[in-house]
Amino acid sequence: MRAMRNFLANAKVPASAKFLSACAAVTFFAGTSAHADQPKDWETTFQAPATDMMRQIEWFGNYTMWFIVPITILVLLLLAYCIVRFRASANPVPSKTSHNTLIEVIWTVGPVVILLCLAIPSFQLLTAQYTPPEEAKLTVKATGNQWNWDYEYQTENTLSFNSAILQDTDRAAAGKEDRKEYPRLLAVDNELVVPVNTMTRVLVTATDVIHSFAMPSFGIKIDAVPGRTNETWFKAEKEGLYYGQCSQLCGKDHAFMPIAIRVVSDAQFKTWLAAAKTDLPGANKTLMAAVDGQNKVAAAGN
Amino acid sequence: MADATAHDGHDHKPYHGWVRWVYSTNHKDIGTLYLIFAIMAGIIGGALSVAIRMELQEPGIQIFSGLAQMVYGMNGDAAIDGGKSMYNAFATAHALIMIFFMVMPALIGGFANWMVPIMIGAPDMAFPRMNNISFWLLPPAFILLLTSMFMPSAPGAFGVGGGWTLYPPLSTSGQPGPAMDLAILSIHIAGASSILGAINFITTIFNMRAPGMTLHKMPLFAWSVLVTAFLLLLSLPVLAGGITMLLTDRNFGTTFFAPDGGGDPILFQHLFWFFGHPEVYILILPGFGIISHVISTFSKKPVFGYLGMAYAMVAIGAVGFIVWAHHMYTTGLSLDTQRYFVFATMVIAVPTGVKIFSWIATMWGGSISFKTPMLWALGFIFLFTIGGVTGVQLANAGLDRSLHDTYFVIAHFHYVLSLGAVFAIFAGWYYWFPKMTGYMYSPVIANTHFWVTFVGVNLIFFPQHFLGLAGMPRRTIDYPDAFAGWNYVSSIGSYISSVGVLIFLYCVFEAFQKKRVAGANPWGEGATTLEWQLPSPPPFHQWEQLPKIK
Repeated sequence: MRAMRNFLANAKVPASAKFLSACAAVTFFAGTSAHADQPKDWETTFQAPATDMMRQIEWFGNYTMWFIVPITILVLLLLAYCIVRFRASANPVPSKTSHNTLIEVIWTVGPVVILLCLAIPSFQLLTAQYTPPEEAKLTVKATGNQWNWDYEYQTENTLSFNSAILQDTDRAAAGKEDRKEYPRLLAVDNELVVPVNTMTRVLVTATDVIHSFAMPSFGIKIDAVPGRTNETWFKAEKEGLYYGQCSQLCGKDHAFMPIAIRVVSDAQFKTWLAAAKTDLPGANKTLMAAVDGQNKVAAAGN
Repeated sequence: MADATAHDGHDHKPYHGWVRWVYSTNHKDIGTLYLIFAIMAGIIGGALSVAIRMELQEPGIQIFSGLAQMVYGMNGDAAIDGGKSMYNAFATAHALIMIFFMVMPALIGGFANWMVPIMIGAPDMAFPRMNNISFWLLPPAFILLLTSMFMPSAPGAFGVGGGWTLYPPLSTSGQPGPAMDLAILSIHIAGASSILGAINFITTIFNMRAPGMTLHKMPLFAWSVLVTAFLLLLSLPVLAGGITMLLTDRNFGTTFFAPDGGGDPILFQHLFWFFGHPEVYILILPGFGIISHVISTFSKKPVFGYLGMAYAMVAIGAVGFIVWAHHMYTTGLSLDTQRYFVFATMVIAVPTGVKIFSWIATMWGGSISFKTPMLWALGFIFLFTIGGVTGVQLANAGLDRSLHDTYFVIAHFHYVLSLGAVFAIFAGWYYWFPKMTGYMYSPVIANTHFWVTFVGVNLIFFPQHFLGLAGMPRRTIDYPDAFAGWNYVSSIGSYISSVGVLIFLYCVFEAFQKKRVAGANPWGEGATTLEWQLPSPPPFHQWEQLPKIK
């Protein structure tokens, strides 16, 4: 099962990706760029995947397009043919046909076959989402409040802190004045920091009303429900800063409770975790400086 | 009836003046009341949506802090906070009004009341007085909902801001003020009205068909209303139970949905969607019936695969009851539960496909004239197909993980409702307007209404697919700047559609002003159902001599 899914995922990604970008290029102004960890202007597709799971979701989304676009075009063409061929001036005498068993069987069985073609990879995708490939190495608890998140690292000495939308007045102090990297409504004061290529489990709950923990480029979305703990997982493959938003209406400031996850190298994470337990703002600044330095080196190397 | 002497006289002529309408037990008069009510509610619900689109035209908060200042007299930061809550209240009211006070009254109360008795050869509905109260429960329900928009809800906020789904705890401890209680009462009353209507339709259709009008000869619109009535009858009591539990959680200290008292917020979602999913078929099934009549009339051909069409609706109605949790894939349902709901949801695509292809087959070989109702019906088929295929995508829990609660879902359900159900309503309106009023509208104005609306609604909702894919969550007053482009396009579409509404109103006004006589059957040989055998408008009581059906 897993082998087949991986085969599907690996083999068909290029073809379907090509199809999708061709569609995007023909129909719309913009396609996707290689590095989308936050929404882009005039975006028409999913944000670029940063986990294998999101890549599988994207693959399946594109796969469904191979069925639904032709079906829609077929209906449009049949309508157009009827409109042209059977307009009153072209066909003054209507036929009296009102039954044809064969065609009725065809348009019942045909959709069943198409649905089967959709259902098989769909069930594989769904199963994969609930079958983490390995044990989690890091567990973080995210608790939704009106209108911010509490994160708790379930490590030896628990680390917990609050993460709320970044106020404009705090941008300078936090060193987050670059509005490209720290966009309005998405940037937070304290990001959730996780190591790259590490199986991370997220336990999600809420204290007041229902919220939803969502990270588009990771392919996760799970409701934060008071009184119950939901679980999801991700394994981020690429370092960077990723943004999502609360995805369940939770009152006045629902639009203003972003989720930001910073994926860093294992070493950076360890340094940060150790320092954050005593001085979170300091640890965050050190981490930002380290990440910036690394990016500059990478840019110079190119 | 036994008390016939209480009427004006034995000739059963209508009362005069307001008494005719308020006391009415006549299915056509009540149908007219429902249609007028639906138009007024639609204008209010539409205005709310235009305010929403004005707000979302650009990033940042545009109009709602100003509106809060104007309406609630708030200032400064309180106005900004009040505006944010007001946005949620507008979105909630828009949904509730469009569902309970626009689409349902138009299709079921309006067209079904008017046409089902005529189509099946009955003189009136089975319970004329119950029909009267079905309608007259609606205005108070509507007033309660409108009043709730001006009542306190959460601290510093007015109006129900929990979305039409009313999920607790946001609808219980999240909004302690009286606004939510008024809204719950409003839904109770509107629900009672619909249940009474459903009982009336089921009884009428089962017992009052003219001799020879067997169920298998009954027009598809009557079939669609029969199925819809059963959905209403079986699903609304569950909603009533759910919102009653909300009410007692709020006011009498019960904890059905409060985890600190052993309750479960997810329980409400199950109850709500056990109603809510059949509800979306309640909104679209009568439209299916109308489209069948319009396509058949203007193709001059009988409906292709009549029995398949009728039983496809029965199948959609039945399966519609067992798919509810596909609205809840992200709540933490177990893997097996999600698998089941994916499977069951996909099954619905089959009978829906049968209907789409049968409509096309009805046109096939026909002699099609493109009168206004036919334009709306053709638009319906194409746009409903788009909404249908995105529904097939959303049925997959694995993919819905990314799309749930984003604008993709907004785009999907507006394609099937705003561009599906509403197009069907306008198809029915332009099809039966000459029958109901005796006057013919101007086809030029009516066609302009269609084209303006067609362009407008597609501009609104097609770009929302892109916003959803890119990750824009629904029900937010403000959005990251990257989403600005498509939101702007969407707002422009909304303004174009509202011009369409003005054209519609002018079209109605113009028809009554010019008084072009329509005649008994303006649509020719293709219009075969019984209503076209009566004069336009039909007599106050029809079928005093029951029609014979071959």
